[in-house]
Amino acid sequence: MVATIAAGEAPSTVVFEACVIWVGDVAAHALFASPAAAAPPPNKPGRALYLRQGMSSKPVEQLHQVIVRFAGDSGDGMQLTGTQFTSEAAILGNDISTLPDFPAEIRAPAGSLPGVSGFQLHFADHDILTPGDAPTVLVAMNPAALKTNIGDLPKGGTLIVDADAFSERNLQKAGYAQNPLEDGSLAEYQLHAVPLTTLTVGALKGVEGVTPREAERSKNMFALGLMAWLYGRPIEPTIEFLRAKFGAKRPEIAEANVKALQAGYAFGETTESFAVTYEVKPAKLAPGTYRNITGNQALALGLLAASRLSGLPLFLGAYPITPASSILEELAGYKHFGVRTFQAEDEIAAAGAAVGAAFGGALAVTTSAGPGIVLKAETVGLAIMLELPLVICDIQRAGPSTGMPTKPEQADLLLVLYGRNGESPVPIVAARSPSDCFDAALEAVRIALKYRTPVYLLSDAYLANGSEPWLLPDLDALPDLTPSFATAPNAGDAFLPYLRDEHTLARPWALPGTPGLEHRIGGLEKADRTGNVSYDPENHDLMTRLRAQKVAGIAADIPELEVDDPDGEAKVLVLGWGGTYGPTAAAVRRLRAKGKQVAHAHLRHLNPFPRNTGDVLRRYERVLVPEMNLGQLRQLVRAQFLVDAIGYNRVRGQPLRAAELADAVEALL
Amino acid sequence: MSERAGNGNGSLTAKDFRTDQEVRWCPGCGDYAILAALQSFLPQLGIPRERIVFISGIGCAARFPYYMNTYGMHSIHGRAPAIATGLATTRPDLSVWVVTGDGDALSIGGNHLIHALRRNVNLTILLFNNRIYGLTKGQYSPTSELGKVTKSTPMGSLDWPFNPISLAIGAEATFVARAIDTDKQGMAEVLRAAAEHRGSAFVEILQNCPIFNDDAWTFVRDDKQGVNRIVLRHGEPITWGAEREKALRQLPDGTIEACAADEPDVLVHDETHAEPSLAFALSRVTQATHGGTPVGVFRNVERPVYDDLMAEQLRLAEAQRGPGDLNALLRAGETWVVS
Repeated sequence: MVATIAAGEAPSTVVFEACVIWVGDVAAHALFASPAAAAPPPNKPGRALYLRQGMSSKPVEQLHQVIVRFAGDSGDGMQLTGTQFTSEAAILGNDISTLPDFPAEIRAPAGSLPGVSGFQLHFADHDILTPGDAPTVLVAMNPAALKTNIGDLPKGGTLIVDADAFSERNLQKAGYAQNPLEDGSLAEYQLHAVPLTTLTVGALKGVEGVTPREAERSKNMFALGLMAWLYGRPIEPTIEFLRAKFGAKRPEIAEANVKALQAGYAFGETTESFAVTYEVKPAKLAPGTYRNITGNQALALGLLAASRLSGLPLFLGAYPITPASSILEELAGYKHFGVRTFQAEDEIAAAGAAVGAAFGGALAVTTSAGPGIVLKAETVGLAIMLELPLVICDIQRAGPSTGMPTKPEQADLLLVLYGRNGESPVPIVAARSPSDCFDAALEAVRIALKYRTPVYLLSDAYLANGSEPWLLPDLDALPDLTPSFATAPNAGDAFLPYLRDEHTLARPWALPGTPGLEHRIGGLEKADRTGNVSYDPENHDLMTRLRAQKVAGIAADIPELEVDDPDGEAKVLVLGWGGTYGPTAAAVRRLRAKGKQVAHAHLRHLNPFPRNTGDVLRRYERVLVPEMNLGQLRQLVRAQFLVDAIGYNRVRGQPLRAAELADAVEALL
Repeated sequence: MSERAGNGNGSLTAKDFRTDQEVRWCPGCGDYAILAALQSFLPQLGIPRERIVFISGIGCAARFPYYMNTYGMHSIHGRAPAIATGLATTRPDLSVWVVTGDGDALSIGGNHLIHALRRNVNLTILLFNNRIYGLTKGQYSPTSELGKVTKSTPMGSLDWPFNPISLAIGAEATFVARAIDTDKQGMAEVLRAAAEHRGSAFVEILQNCPIFNDDAWTFVRDDKQGVNRIVLRHGEPITWGAEREKALRQLPDGTIEACAADEPDVLVHDETHAEPSLAFALSRVTQATHGGTPVGVFRNVERPVYDDLMAEQLRLAEAQRGPGDLNALLRAGETWVVS
């Protein structure tokens, strides 16, 4: 069936077996599979996934992985474009890993360098670990986006730009003396200068209720449509998403975006500039049900699950701070789970309210990033002395001081380990990937409740906003975290609030409201067993050691450090922690693919360390500690285990680059 | 269980609220009187001892919880209102009291105080005002008078002081009152009203520090004749003096002046007045400006209570969305199966 629409007329949204659509002056042949042709996959009863069944007339090349970076103005919708493209990849079964890269300012001046917002997606037909060191395809929506990102695109990489955005004014704003599209400076890339804006506006002519400005803003959807075509992605899920997002309030905007998307898709098929399309097959992941998840989402769900598993109501005291705010916002949406979120007047009140809630028997949490963690220090010290459970989440970002709020770093380790007055031991748990934030949250809660102690849970800006597929856990298989509360006197007739459990050294947790157990606790040093205020010299020495012992003893209750050393013959160990897991594992993979032997271990518990850590380290001739800081874990490892560990340190506000790290490790082999 | 355990059946006495800890305030400290008054008062509340919690910050006043046989927390400087907010909002079954001082509440703790009052969290906040820093041995406080010579201000303080009542009213407090440490009856009346008030109740207690600021309040403490005390009683004309010869009235510009009790337009106290301006004007009446110090309840109005609002949202959310289903939540959005 053929339908001809005159040039200048907007194509209507119909699906034909095959149709010819004129978009502006360009004839686009677009072949859409009829919905009935795609059988619904078994996991989606009643909802057909519309898969394009190789309907392009152009040759298809298979790729094992693609790394796409979308970059444009903060107002250009790059994050939306990126997350939709990610969704499409996830639905097709690729393994994915993302890295949003946005500026701290809400909206810097249009076309300016600081205003560039980016989104990088790595999708593959195999299990991948990072969003990629560098993109293989860069989609740059304006000169500023090109300027800031072109340095990362390797020679021969694909470069797609909105040619219309390369006006004199925009070039000037980006600091270009000449137009790079014309002066040959981009000769080493596969450049596609597409008049995205013109094409988009043309496709949307005649859509009622949409101003030219609004039409222009849909160009990100045109770009997405083009990319979807290029990589054989279905656009129907995005169409559904757009209609759901805009349909109720501004249906004409929804339609404009949908048309732009379809026009971009059609354009790819028509234009000779794109001679091939690419296919990235689904990855072989472990069987189960998956969803895409960011670290902050996973962390929030982990806390919620922990609340269920412990039977304690969840209380979050928090103050908005990048990049932790979305945890507060996420949990604020779970009131029907009985979650209380409290946006306090400041960071200290947020932690203080959490301590108060813990005193009353809630599962108490406070979240922040570096500058807020510093403010909470005194309150955490109080919680140590009170020996109450409290989870403090530090979503680390580049510092010091205000630093770079949206960029990842892992330089708060020594802060959370030591940053309180006196001897103030606190357990530390660190997540290693976006989905691991769920498990790390459970572990932090487990330790906090069992040992009646604050626990720091470390994440970072990359894990928080980056996403990956998450194998949904079986809730029934998760541990029971129910704590035991004191309900009766524990010493004859009396209740001694500091009479410790002989195994865990945890003190009994008696909640206000329990008759007969009335007692007072506080920040002053307290006598062993009775908890009365005490200045006795021997007592203080004893209590200081007991508190240290309680935390050190947790080592008996956490797994041993696992080492990935396939043939057991490696002489070099790479030891990481936190969000460097992906790049480190990828680097190790690279080396092994070249036949090199290298061992890899990744710490989840930073205090106490797993009980075999010293033994593991001493087995290797060299120990390399890659970190996004100047050597904090390295320092700890050297001090505690007397091992001559060396560091690989980058403080760029970006995840480590696997290739660079691999080179550094190789130099040691 | 000890036979002294509170169970709210009316058999509690002051003795039940005493702990076995030796009280360590200085001889003559006003805190003794407040402690005794509170221990006498609490049995009348009809709340089981185990459901009463005292939370303090740092200061002499903050030692209070150790001497009350209830649950208690001696926390960190200035932060008690925040900690108490966390407890009150998660445990609506408890009676939560905050004990603080002029330094703890108005200096380092100022921010937490005003926000707790603004939110109207269900707490009773007792601020022992002795116009000095006692525990740290005599530096000036935010309520010390301008020019006060202390160890840290040898040439006199440069700070204009806070008026705690004015500040509380300015912070939107729904219950504001003042009592005197040695006025057991007056304090009991104020405490009863504070305890009955649902929401934040702010009570300034004028307290004497015999060591570092003795006699700061003598003019109103040792004043059985009522020469200086202006006792505010809701619905009654505001008069004082040995013969009740003095009174207060409001001028057209909103300020309050002292006048003779037989003059027209003597102010009749209205603690429930919707607008805080009247209570605020009364808070500006001081010994220095009007020859009298108001005590009693300045303001007592109803406003939705933070704890209740929070609980209501949880109820509403569950009614609208059904009780949370964690499995369903995990699977929300796009999922796919790998087999």
